[in-house]
Amino acid sequence: MLSKLMNLDRRLIFIFVALAVIIPTLLPLNLPINVSEPTQKIYDYIDALPAGSTIMIAFDYGPSSLPELNPMAKAVLRHCFDKGVRVIGMTLYPFAPTLADTLITEVAEEAGAVNGEDYVFLGFRPGGEQVMLRMGISIGSVFEKDYTNTPLTEISMMKDITNYGQIDLILDLASGSTTDLWITYVNVKYNQQIAAGVTGVIVSNMYPYLQTNQLVGLMPGYLGASEYEKLIGVPEKGTQGINNASPVHVLILGLVIIGNIVFFIQRRREG
Amino acid sequence: MEIFGIWIAALLTLCIYSFLYKDNLFYRFAEHLFVGMSVGYGIVLSVHQGFIPFAWEPFWAAVKPFWPGVPREAGWSGLWKLIPIGVGLLFFSGVSPRHTWLIRYPTAILIGFGAGLSIPNVLRANIFEQTRGTVEPFAAVHAGTLSGWGIFEAVLMVIGVICTLTYFFFSVEHRGPLKWISKVGIAFLMIGFGSAFGNTVMGRVALLIQRVDFLINDWIGSIF
Repeated sequence: MLSKLMNLDRRLIFIFVALAVIIPTLLPLNLPINVSEPTQKIYDYIDALPAGSTIMIAFDYGPSSLPELNPMAKAVLRHCFDKGVRVIGMTLYPFAPTLADTLITEVAEEAGAVNGEDYVFLGFRPGGEQVMLRMGISIGSVFEKDYTNTPLTEISMMKDITNYGQIDLILDLASGSTTDLWITYVNVKYNQQIAAGVTGVIVSNMYPYLQTNQLVGLMPGYLGASEYEKLIGVPEKGTQGINNASPVHVLILGLVIIGNIVFFIQRRREG
Repeated sequence: MEIFGIWIAALLTLCIYSFLYKDNLFYRFAEHLFVGMSVGYGIVLSVHQGFIPFAWEPFWAAVKPFWPGVPREAGWSGLWKLIPIGVGLLFFSGVSPRHTWLIRYPTAILIGFGAGLSIPNVLRANIFEQTRGTVEPFAAVHAGTLSGWGIFEAVLMVIGVICTLTYFFFSVEHRGPLKWISKVGIAFLMIGFGSAFGNTVMGRVALLIQRVDFLINDWIGSIF
């Protein structure tokens, strides 16, 4: 029995995992969601901004991280448009512009937000930290035109925005190391408030910044997305995702425990 | 057209997941297609977003006034832009063994610029601020504004930092009390790795959930 468990065909585990995802997709669960403090902090910060304030959202992720970060982006955009907070979208990630533009346009149409007045998407610029530092002097010197090739000088909401001085918050939605760069170069040098929504893979690296208030708040993966959706009262893909993920997490936890028990029993028997 | 896209995406998803059974032709086809498209897209993007606006256009603006038939009035002002372009071109000196030493200049500029830019900011963001965050709660303890749980957290954090740093201190042999302190450091590290692993599982499962959702709701949903 023990040796059978130790030599279990990995494909059986794949089948269990697949079933643990497929069944809740077909028969949705409605598990309770408790909002954690890091997500609540982002919500409270944006909620306290007066109408006409501006936040910059950096869509620093590609299609491979879309499941976790798109629901966060959607929820935050909805909140901003609902509050009358203006949004500047941009990205440091080359594969992001199309998906970010599609997402902003979709949420803006739904909320009745107007391009150029309530939001603008600047697109992608290569250079990472150079782009960040340069925007601290002049956003227009980095992005002369927006994603639709309209010069920034002709965009009404950009008329009173020169640099970070007129931006109330930068939200980095990231699947890589860009949040570290935003903190290192923009928070440190320009004292700009930074918040982050990140994939589960990198969230552990972000908690130290949260503890020192270098981050205003933090949304961790599907969990963060579902919490923000709960806060704005629009449960969508994030909520569905965390409900579907919970059975898989329980399954993996069970497999880890069984694996460890079997391993230690076998080791004891073998002396 | 949208349905066509959904079918392509669904079939490629199934091709990729077929690897879970075993390596096969369909998986390799999808993998090569993905790699090829990513590289192609990356090259086009680099040319359009990097080379053309930051190298070709400044270069052309600088040399254009010297082109036959073009008036030379405003000719000299853009010439300075040729300096960074020229320094950047020195990276290609690596292809000639006789001139490969020239690559040292752009490399030195790049390292000097990068180090000068990052050292003060990284020190402040990752060393000074983190040290402040570690000891700051004790000011609240002193002022009597921290709860019992807050005090426990503050003490635990300091113990974790000291023990973990001790584990990475290799200048003396880890014997006696030092051995036990570094063992506690290992325990803190393991908790950190466990947390990172758990979050990684959440991230990877999210990808699977999104694909299953796409296959069931978008693909099969479009058939029935």
